[in-house]
This record gives sequence, structure tokens and C-alpha cells, in this order.
Amino acid sequence: MAPRHVVFELAESADVTRLSDYERAGGYESLRKALAMEPAQVIEELLASGLRGRGGAGFPMGRKASFLPKPDQTPKPIYLAVNADESEPGTFKDREIMLRVPHQVIEGILISSYAIQARAAFVYIRGEYLTEYEVLRTALEEALDRGLVGANILGSGYSVTIVLHRGAGAYICGEETGLLESLEGKRGQPRTKPPFPAIAGLYAAPTLINNVETLATVPRILALGGENYAKLGVENSSGTRVFSLSGNVARPGNYELELGMSLRDLIVGIGGGVPGGRQLKAVIPGGSSTPVLTADELDTRLDFDSMARAGTMLGSGAVIVIDDRCCMVQLALRVAQFYRHESCGKCTPCREGTRWMVEIIRRIEQGAAGQGELDLLLNVCDRILGRCLCPLGDAAAMPVASYVAKFRSEFQRHIDEGGCPFRGTSSLEGVLAPVDEHHARARARIEVPA
Amino acid sequence: MSELRDEIHAVARRYPARRSAVIPALRLAQERYGWLPPEAFREVAAALDLTPAYCKSVASFYDMFHLEPVGAHTVEICTNVSCALVGAQRTLEAFERELGIRAGETTRDGAVSLRTIECAGGCGWGPVVAVDHRYREPVRPEDVPAIVGELRRTTGGA
Ligand SMILES: Cc1cc2nc3c(=O)[nH]c(=O)nc-3n(C[C@H](O)[C@H](O)[C@H](O)COP(=O)(O)O)c2cc1C
Repeated sequence: MAPRHVVFELAESADVTRLSDYERAGGYESLRKALAMEPAQVIEELLASGLRGRGGAGFPMGRKASFLPKPDQTPKPIYLAVNADESEPGTFKDREIMLRVPHQVIEGILISSYAIQARAAFVYIRGEYLTEYEVLRTALEEALDRGLVGANILGSGYSVTIVLHRGAGAYICGEETGLLESLEGKRGQPRTKPPFPAIAGLYAAPTLINNVETLATVPRILALGGENYAKLGVENSSGTRVFSLSGNVARPGNYELELGMSLRDLIVGIGGGVPGGRQLKAVIPGGSSTPVLTADELDTRLDFDSMARAGTMLGSGAVIVIDDRCCMVQLALRVAQFYRHESCGKCTPCREGTRWMVEIIRRIEQGAAGQGELDLLLNVCDRILGRCLCPLGDAAAMPVASYVAKFRSEFQRHIDEGGCPFRGTSSLEGVLAPVDEHHARARARIEVPA
Repeated sequence: MSELRDEIHAVARRYPARRSAVIPALRLAQERYGWLPPEAFREVAAALDLTPAYCKSVASFYDMFHLEPVGAHTVEICTNVSCALVGAQRTLEAFERELGIRAGETTRDGAVSLRTIECAGGCGWGPVVAVDHRYREPVRPEDVPAIVGELRRTTGGA
């Protein structure tokens, strides 16, 4: 049976990047439908659908939308912020969604804006996504020309503007309050919560923040009906998700699947398994911040509850497949280097802890670490977890602690043998991380000629 | 110069408050100068009624802003986990050999800057290389000479 597509359904048999083609495939019908409903009814549909956020945290979208005050309950304008910052390592789905169904993203933004009666929507798209930005911009211009965006949309009396805002390279701006800070023209350092963005978000005004995929699903929910959408997937995890499959797998790519299929279905059935006669060693199931699963856990299902039971998370739906050539200490180093590079520096446990994690893991990899340092590493992870304003530090501590827990003997061998047991053959051997490149450059600059 | 100011003012009108236009304004200035020299901060600050120091503090937070001159072309290689698992380091080393520089450096003639970057969002199509901000996916070591040749040709036989 062919997998049931929802997000990409309209793009399956035709190129729907142009407005006329998207409309021919039924596009913008959901917007018309929504505009004929009361805003509260639209939120009811979202609640009925069970749609949970696709950005990482999995919060039910309808509930989040219902937290915002109504226009007559606030003197401030209401805003929608679209999270198109997609930077969690392993994740490349929002990009394909923006490229293939840009009008569906815009339609989802319009319907969601209407549901909360937003005056403006801001799309925060990561700066590196230049082509994706251009595709969205073209789609937005088409929609403006057709009267789908702007004043008095389709004669409904509802008006909303959409602004495309390009980021400039900072993972932390994907965190919702970092995103808001950045959108206000500041360094993207997360805010203290509460107040939550629903009450005091962009410029202290009520703001709903949702991921691209979440919003791109909204028009389809209106088309199918919330209850019908909820029949897809499994309990507590309704609908479909676009999974990003990468790493040591024969057919990497984005695959939209109903929630509740197993990792084996995705990696082996769809992805063709590990190529080159290699053995599967580990799977990162939801982006690099999620705890690892071993080859024995391949029957874990891709839904929120199953992942939680396995001690990990569905995260951003990014499945990274790792074969037996990979040294887990090197993996820990590369993951820690990423979060160290992206730590915004605001909270001490994250700023200092990620630095210590990198240093200790590097010593283990080089065979310079004593026995106590493995415990010290876990201790540092513990001292980060739950102690910061945002979960970026946790995003480093959780996966690294899981590598030690599940592959402890491999860490131990580095200590016992005084070096990496892979002896230069690991697939991650010698990989240069940006954080090391920056340091090398800084050292080069301050060298004083004799 | 007032051309830049006009462009910045036009962008600022899209937002509830003009400070939101700092990042777009810095991008416009960087497109003009190739990097962000002191005068860029002065101009952006003046256009948005902020201080140059504030604008620089914002710019320094973001990887895509260059606080030092860079080459006419940029080559950026993702070395995060998914790309690294499929050979990003070998692709990086091929660029280093072909260009005769290390990651983080610019060729002597100012033609090409080479650097590593964190996850670019092309994990299933890696190794991802962004050449002048356009993704090439995947780039293997054997693809590198042609890319470098292409860049050299478009900077006047350097
Ligand atoms: C460090 C960090 C980075 C994040 N990056 C992203 C991102 O790139 N894209 C995204 O949609 N959500 C990201 N999130 C999650 C957002 O904070 C937020 O939960 C999400 O945008 C809400 O939208 P959703 O409910 O539709 O998922 C990140 C969270 C953290 C802590």
C-alpha cells in the first residue's frame, strides 16, 4: 500500500509551485472555507485534528492557538510567527515543503492567522535558505496579486499582511523566544518564560509560533475535516509527518508517513537499509538533540508515546542512520561541538557546560582521559539538564549522556587502550567542526611575528 | 550612500518597530561592501536611529555576517553529523588541496574564502556545499576541481 500523504498530497501528481496550478489542485479552497467560519470554529477543527507541533516539542497546535487572547481582550495587535529556521542537525523537511508546496505554507499561515485574528504574520526563514526564500517570495507575490493576502482577503473583511524575514545564521533562533528576540532586531538570546509568547511575544504582543510543517498541514486539515485527519496515525500522534532520513542509508530523503510506523519500516523498508554490507549500529531518531537508539531498538514506533517509552523523542522527525564504522566517542564530540558553537552564552550551565563537554570528550577520544573523566562528563551533563532558560544545553547533554549509557564499553576502551580503538578508520575520523576552525583562526590572528 | 538608507527605510516600514530591520539592513550593507566595515555599521545605525556599537553587537551574533573582509566567492562546507557520515571531510580536504588554503582562509588573490559550517539542512543529499550561498548537493571530492575552476574563471583568471 502506498503511504498516505497529506502534506505533499497536492504535489504528488503535479507541480503546484505556481498559484494557478495549486488552485487547480484544490489549493486555497480551505482558506475560503475557513473565512466562512468563525475563528473559534477553525480552532475547534485544529483541536479535533489532534495536530501536534512538528518543530520539535510536539505541543498541540489547537491548544496553543486557544491560549491567545481574543482581539477584544487585548489592546495589542496579535501576531503569528512562522518558524522556518530549520537548523536541528538531520532536519531538511521544511525546506522541501517550502520548495514543493509554497502556496500551501502561505494558505496555512492565512488560515492560522485568521483563527487567532492576527494582524500580521512574520516568516522567520533561516538565512542560508536563499532559494527557498525566493520560492516563497514568488508565491507570496502571486498571492498578493490575487487578493489572497493583504486587506480584506477575498472580500471577507479580514486583513493580514505576511512579511518574509531572513535570519542570518544562528541555530538558537529556532528556539521560539530566541526567534522573537532576533525578529525584534536583537541578538537571538532566549527569554525567560513565563510570560509565554501567547501572552507576550513579538513586541510584547500575543504571538502564536508554529513550525512550517505544522502550518502546511492546516489547509489539509480544513479540507479533510479535523476528525478525519485524527483518524490517521495512532493515538496521541495523529496524522502524518515528513521524516528526514539521512546518514548511512541507501535511499536518504524526506518521506511522509503516517505516525506509528516503525523505524524499521522507514530505515529498511523505505530507505533500503544500511548500504555496502555494513551493519547498523545506532539511530538518532529525532534530530541530533535526541537520545540515541541501538540496532536492537529498530522496532520502536515513530510516534510521540512510543519514542517517549524508549527514552527518546520524535523531535523534528530527523532520523540519522549510523553504521558500524562510526566511533561513538567521535559522534559525541561532533554533536557536542555543534551545541557548543550554537550556545548563545546567556546561561552559565550551557555556555560553560558545552565547552567542558567538548574538552572532556576530546581527551577521551585522544586517549588522554583518566577513569574519572567519564563520570565527570556525565556529571557535567547532569549540571546542564533543566538548569537553563531554554533547552539548548539539554539538547547537548541528553544525546551525549545516551551515547555513554548505551555504548559505555566503547568509551571505556578509549580509556583502557589509551586511544581510539578504531585507529583512524572511523567514519567521523578527523572531521573539522566550525568551532575548532574559529579557534584556529583566532590563534592565527594573534600570532606576533618575532 | 543615501541609496542604502532609502532601501533600509523601505524594509523598516514592514515591521511594527524599525529595530526589526537591523538584520535585513546589515544584509543590505554586506551585499554592498562584501563584508561589514565600520562605515557599514555607521550607515545602518544612522538609518535606524541606533548606535553603531549596537548594530555590531547584533552582527557579531550571526554566522552569516562577516566582520572581516572575505573573498569574492565563498565556499562553505557542512561538516555536521549527516554530511560527515557520508564524507564531508574528504570533500573539505579536496577544496583545501585545490585552493591551496585551509578552512577559514581566503586565497591570496582574494578570489575564494573557504570555511566549514554547521548543519545547512541538506542532510539527505550531502555532503552539502554552499557556493556563493547556493547549495550544491552532493559534492564529492571528484566534483571539486570543476567547481574551483568555475570560481577562478569568474574572478578574472586568478
Ligand atoms: C534550541 C532549539 C532550537 C529549535 N529550532 C527549531 C527550528 O529550527 N524549527 C522549529 O520549527 N522549531 C524549533 N524549535 C522548537 C521551537 O522552540 C518551537 O517549539 C516551535 O517552533 C513551535 O512550533 P510547533 O508547535 O509548530 O512545533 C527549537 C527549539 C529549541 C530549544
